[in-house]
Amino acid sequence: MYKWPELRKSLSVLVLAGFSLAASAADYSNIGRAATPKEVAAWDIDVRPDFRGLPKGRGSVDQGQQVWDGKCASCHGTFGESNQVFTPIVGGTTKDDVKNGRVAALTGNSQPQRTTLMKVATVSTLWDYINRAMPWNAPKTLTTDEVYAVTAYILNLGGVVADDFTMSDENIAEVQKRMPNRDGMTEKHGLWQTSGKPDVKNTACMKDCLKEVKITSELPAFARSANGNPVEQNRTIGAVRGIDLSKAAVIKVSAPAADEGLKLAKQYACTACHGVKDKVVGPGFAQIAAKYKGDANAEANLIKKIKTGGSGAWGDIPMPPQGHIKDADIKTMLGWVMRQ
Amino acid sequence: MSIQIKKSGLLRRAPENFLDAPLREAITEQGLNDERRGFLRKSFAAATAALASGAAMARPGSMPEDDGDPLILNLQDQAKTLGNPVVMQGYGQPSKFESNLQRRQSPGLTRVPQASVSFAPLQGFFGIITPNGLHFERHHQGWIDIDPAQHRFMINGLVREAKVYTMDDLMRLPSVSRMHFIECGANSATEWGNVAVPTVQYTHGMLSCCEYTGVPLSVLLDDCGIDRKKAKFVLAEGGDGSAMTRTIDIARAMDDVIVAYAMNGEMLRPENGYPLRLVVPGVQGVSWVKWLRRIEVGDQPWAAKDEAIHYIDLQPSGLHRQYTSVQECKSVITTPSGGQMLLEKGFHNITGLAWSGRGKVKRVDVSADGGRSWRTARLEGPILGKCLTRFNMDWNWDGGPAILQSRAIDETGYVQPKINQLREVRGTKSIYHNNAIQSWKINEDGEVSNVQVA
Repeated sequence: MYKWPELRKSLSVLVLAGFSLAASAADYSNIGRAATPKEVAAWDIDVRPDFRGLPKGRGSVDQGQQVWDGKCASCHGTFGESNQVFTPIVGGTTKDDVKNGRVAALTGNSQPQRTTLMKVATVSTLWDYINRAMPWNAPKTLTTDEVYAVTAYILNLGGVVADDFTMSDENIAEVQKRMPNRDGMTEKHGLWQTSGKPDVKNTACMKDCLKEVKITSELPAFARSANGNPVEQNRTIGAVRGIDLSKAAVIKVSAPAADEGLKLAKQYACTACHGVKDKVVGPGFAQIAAKYKGDANAEANLIKKIKTGGSGAWGDIPMPPQGHIKDADIKTMLGWVMRQ
Repeated sequence: MSIQIKKSGLLRRAPENFLDAPLREAITEQGLNDERRGFLRKSFAAATAALASGAAMARPGSMPEDDGDPLILNLQDQAKTLGNPVVMQGYGQPSKFESNLQRRQSPGLTRVPQASVSFAPLQGFFGIITPNGLHFERHHQGWIDIDPAQHRFMINGLVREAKVYTMDDLMRLPSVSRMHFIECGANSATEWGNVAVPTVQYTHGMLSCCEYTGVPLSVLLDDCGIDRKKAKFVLAEGGDGSAMTRTIDIARAMDDVIVAYAMNGEMLRPENGYPLRLVVPGVQGVSWVKWLRRIEVGDQPWAAKDEAIHYIDLQPSGLHRQYTSVQECKSVITTPSGGQMLLEKGFHNITGLAWSGRGKVKRVDVSADGGRSWRTARLEGPILGKCLTRFNMDWNWDGGPAILQSRAIDETGYVQPKINQLREVRGTKSIYHNNAIQSWKINEDGEVSNVQVA
């Protein structure tokens, strides 16, 4: 409750506020502050196709391979060709593409899957993305030289640069002239600007628009239940119900995680590489449980392996270190894994 | 339960003893006699039986046998018991009977849940506003929850002075609240080649529409003293692991783009960019950078990963179209739609959504015979630019097979195309920006399924 002297004070503030509102409508000079040069430098990390923003540095194909095997191969495969976790980076380009600047396999609708190297027209795009967002589970942890090295390694896998190549800020513009799809992009279309011209033209026919209606595609039988049971995805009241497929085999979609361990494994993206039962990139959790069953040191060894990474135990693709996962969470996950 | 009032204050005690003693005795005796108890027990048993048999009823709400519907004839428990107290849920939740409507992932679309998408259940929405908890999600490196007190927003590049703003700063500035749709450039991508998924949630659910509140980007660019002669583009950058970047041309950036902190009256949800995201009306969702930390003003586009590797349209010539942004005019019938079942013949309200990245929806036509003939639907207000518009159409289902379609026209006169018209220009290997007319087939059982027609 206001006492009178307080109320009088706040009233006078209101009067003042009204006055200043009328005096200057849009003076925001005390809102926000100047960014210091160091602050701008810390955040201004983008690199443009004209290489504006590119920091000085260098890295060789060999150095890139070392970084790759330790930090990239687990998701992208040893040769950048893996389709297990993400779309392949390497593949589908030829020597002629490097010469011509257009990826021939993109024409004629013949290529079912397009790799990064088939599409990317500017080497800056690769450099910038690796620098800002890779490795996937520890973004922005590569040094500038490592980013040069990994970029060089990817381009080497695609036959764009030689085995003994060292890429740097000084020769990156030369590399740009060898990008296989450097002339494969156009900005000349009407779908960028609001005022742009559409590329298709339908007419609003109202009567006798077709002689015959032909069904050209129907839902394949396997897809009918692939997204779960519609009866569970629709309201239980109203004009319609979801179709009940409960008698058919229904694939459960995004069911709530039954177990905390599985929930954490999903949260930390372990399930990107490990299936619950079967091998994906790495072994299935059930396979791990079977291998370490009865081993008294299993927990300690596996904690170490998760934190520092490992290779060779289950195949060629190494397990990257997961130092960011809390010990308690690792233990919860292992407890669940060993029950599989 | 007893409530003790310690201090009477201004409250007056309830007049508990206003009845005289003999009358109280009579009421108590009546209330407890065996005949009356027996009646209550019987009606409880009947209510329980009605609940148990409910599942076996052929049609909900069909004519009851005998004297009437037990749900009417017998008092229900909720009418005879005390309900829950206020603020039992300080932040309210939907009814437990609505739990079927959830954001859902589509299996096989992505292999990593942090770089994935969840679809909004369009089949259950009303009107044009998406509830915040059901707004679709698309993340590139997992979602985060940033402490707003720790968040900073920077503008640099071709400006007189690079500036840093806190959330406090931004929320002091003049705000605007505008309703807009957001649609992922990959919405309906599964349907480019052929029919692939069963329901409207998965064909069209990377779509939401909210009232977004924030500061116009133009106000902030002016505050930093944007170089109006040299500035041609801005780069928006996120503060998450992916540090998502997208180029936006300057005309658009100075037009209706909002640096937004709220949607539908509350702060953004973490999955949608809390505490700050860009709102770029009419443009595919990837440009609406979440967890926005920086805008750089420049004179050239950036060719960032998601404008040079993804979100580009492959043409039959092998050339990719870069920087496709506009979400062109599109519509879809949400009820009835794929995976649903019509309960009865006779009257049905066909309803759906229409939108255009180039402005307002002018008209929506609906066909029930696969596109042979069309009737113009009712548009429900408000009809706003770059916003969802709800349409309704009266329809009597005669029990025979039907194919439902909707076709939207925007204020530029652009007519939503057929899938074959898109394929003629862009081939069959394109992925993004599929705004084709959607067809739903209804068979004699009332089952609705996803089809494509020519």
